[in-house]
Amino acid sequence: MTQAASTPGAAVPRSSFQRSLGEPRTALNALLTALAVLLGLFAMFPLFSVLYMLLVKGAALLSPSLLSELTPGAGMDGGGIGNALLGTVVVVTVATILALPLGFMGAVYLAEYGGESKLATLVRFSGKVLTGLPSILAGVFAYAMVVVTTGSFSALAGGAAMAILMVPTVMLTSESALRAVPSKMKQAAFGMGATRAQVVLRIVVPTAMPGILTGVMLSLARAMGETAPLLFTALFSDYWFEGKLTQPIASLSVLIYNFAGSPFEHQVALAWAASLVLVSLVLVLNIVAQVATRRPEER
Amino acid sequence: MADVRTKQAVAGPKAFASPIARPPSAWQKGSDVAFKQLAHAFGGGVVLLLGGIVFEVMRHAQPAMARYGFGFFTSSVWDANRAQFGILAEIVGTLYTSIVALALGGFLGITVALVLSQGFVPRRMELVMKNIIELLAAIPSVVYGLWGIFVLVPAVRAPAGWLNEHFPGLPLFSTRLSGPGILPASLVLSIMILPTVTAVSREAMAAVPKRLAAAAYGLGATRWEVIFKVTLPTAIGGIFGALVLGFGRALGETMALAMLVGNANVFGWSLFSPGNTLAALLANHFPEAGGVEVGALMYAAVVLMLITLAVNALGSLLMLRTTRELKGLG
Repeated sequence: MTQAASTPGAAVPRSSFQRSLGEPRTALNALLTALAVLLGLFAMFPLFSVLYMLLVKGAALLSPSLLSELTPGAGMDGGGIGNALLGTVVVVTVATILALPLGFMGAVYLAEYGGESKLATLVRFSGKVLTGLPSILAGVFAYAMVVVTTGSFSALAGGAAMAILMVPTVMLTSESALRAVPSKMKQAAFGMGATRAQVVLRIVVPTAMPGILTGVMLSLARAMGETAPLLFTALFSDYWFEGKLTQPIASLSVLIYNFAGSPFEHQVALAWAASLVLVSLVLVLNIVAQVATRRPEER
Repeated sequence: MADVRTKQAVAGPKAFASPIARPPSAWQKGSDVAFKQLAHAFGGGVVLLLGGIVFEVMRHAQPAMARYGFGFFTSSVWDANRAQFGILAEIVGTLYTSIVALALGGFLGITVALVLSQGFVPRRMELVMKNIIELLAAIPSVVYGLWGIFVLVPAVRAPAGWLNEHFPGLPLFSTRLSGPGILPASLVLSIMILPTVTAVSREAMAAVPKRLAAAAYGLGATRWEVIFKVTLPTAIGGIFGALVLGFGRALGETMALAMLVGNANVFGWSLFSPGNTLAALLANHFPEAGGVEVGALMYAAVVLMLITLAVNALGSLLMLRTTRELKGLG
């Protein structure tokens, strides 16, 4: 613009709405735009690299026996990750059973009863702080509470550690789902003489159910991949889960950690295969959750 | 509402001919009160859970705190056999890896947030990229660790060797990369904090009122002039909050570091030397620890907890203040 103003005598006056790349500030603008878009694409590169490596290194071992056999000992061939897969399912189930009541009822409290009271602010703050709690500290807490008390590493301790990580996600996502229920629906129910408990349980919760399930799925996906809290709570086991929650139990994530540093090639290969299985489970949960919550205009 | 109901109840059940709308029965009223109390109890339970974590870890750390006191922070020896413990190298290593990760991941994250919020790419593409970046956060950190060992470390070995050969005088490049080390660990960390930084700073940029940018465009500013002079300064509080939250994540991240940082209880400025972090120390020593070492590890856990809680509280506070300020602008 300044250029156009300083050359008033030019034969063909260029519209000041048009910009030529010859102008330094326009050129800089174009350069920065190109750089930014390039960096944006570059940022997605790690995800594709990870997925590519998982497919290249992990898919080779995929077979029914991989999912149904016990982990092999050091230096042995064959075997699979069956006990770890089952273990992950068991630990995550224990965690869900422990975390759901607290997270769900906490959300009901925040959305329906708490309002802006002091306790509600405190509960919400605690939830936020728990979201940022390093996962290994959840393990330290479960170690102190369960492992030290019972005197042994156990599936229960692992589940407890994971539950701590699930509570804030379940609570905060459920709260916003509960709050999104139109107040007209609630008022209609109140008008019919329903108590608040009835309104919550029969109107609000069923309406908000998709949102609540999304939160649960996201927290499940997060919990499933957690390793740090399991290292010294659930530990690991080379055997099948025998129905006793008081014994150490295998998990996919700890298997990956243990085998990643193994000097035996076959164990490293199993670590890749286990990663492929784990990431597939996590991504499926994430994508389902993302699709379920997508707003209509984004579809 | 409650007193209306009581009045109706006094009027007697006969006043309500309709079977659909009627006052709650005594049992319903009772269960209503019970449900309310239950909800309050569970709400309080979440606060108790946080309090319990802080209290319980502190309680178990108490003996070690009394025994090692402040010397715990000035020594770098971790020797269970001689019962000597210190976490100086771990504290410095935690901060160092997190700062390097924040420098890389923060810059990239803010750039991506700009690309995703300032109309650089079509709306559909924006959404696809946003989802892909979010999926980065979904990959378990132990898988990043595995990827780091077998992909990233070999990939950075050649450039690291070149830097070391040509600039051996610079402290940052003063040693050779022998495998795991600060640089691969920080690189993976920066990938892991990228989604957090992107999502939070994108939110802050989107909250900048559209008419501010429109006014600058109307004055003839180019897109990047608008970004540098209007969008970024207005959203700076939120962006800063995003960086702090990303920093908090980096401080507490465990597995990728335990697998990539080298677990050496020394600290050097070189990006290529092995080091250790608080979380990696806990991950590596807790499974086999016993007796006094557990106490010392609990002490280290307390330190990690206090650092991350402080950083996260600061980040949340910054976010809260910015949203309030921007409300005034809208």
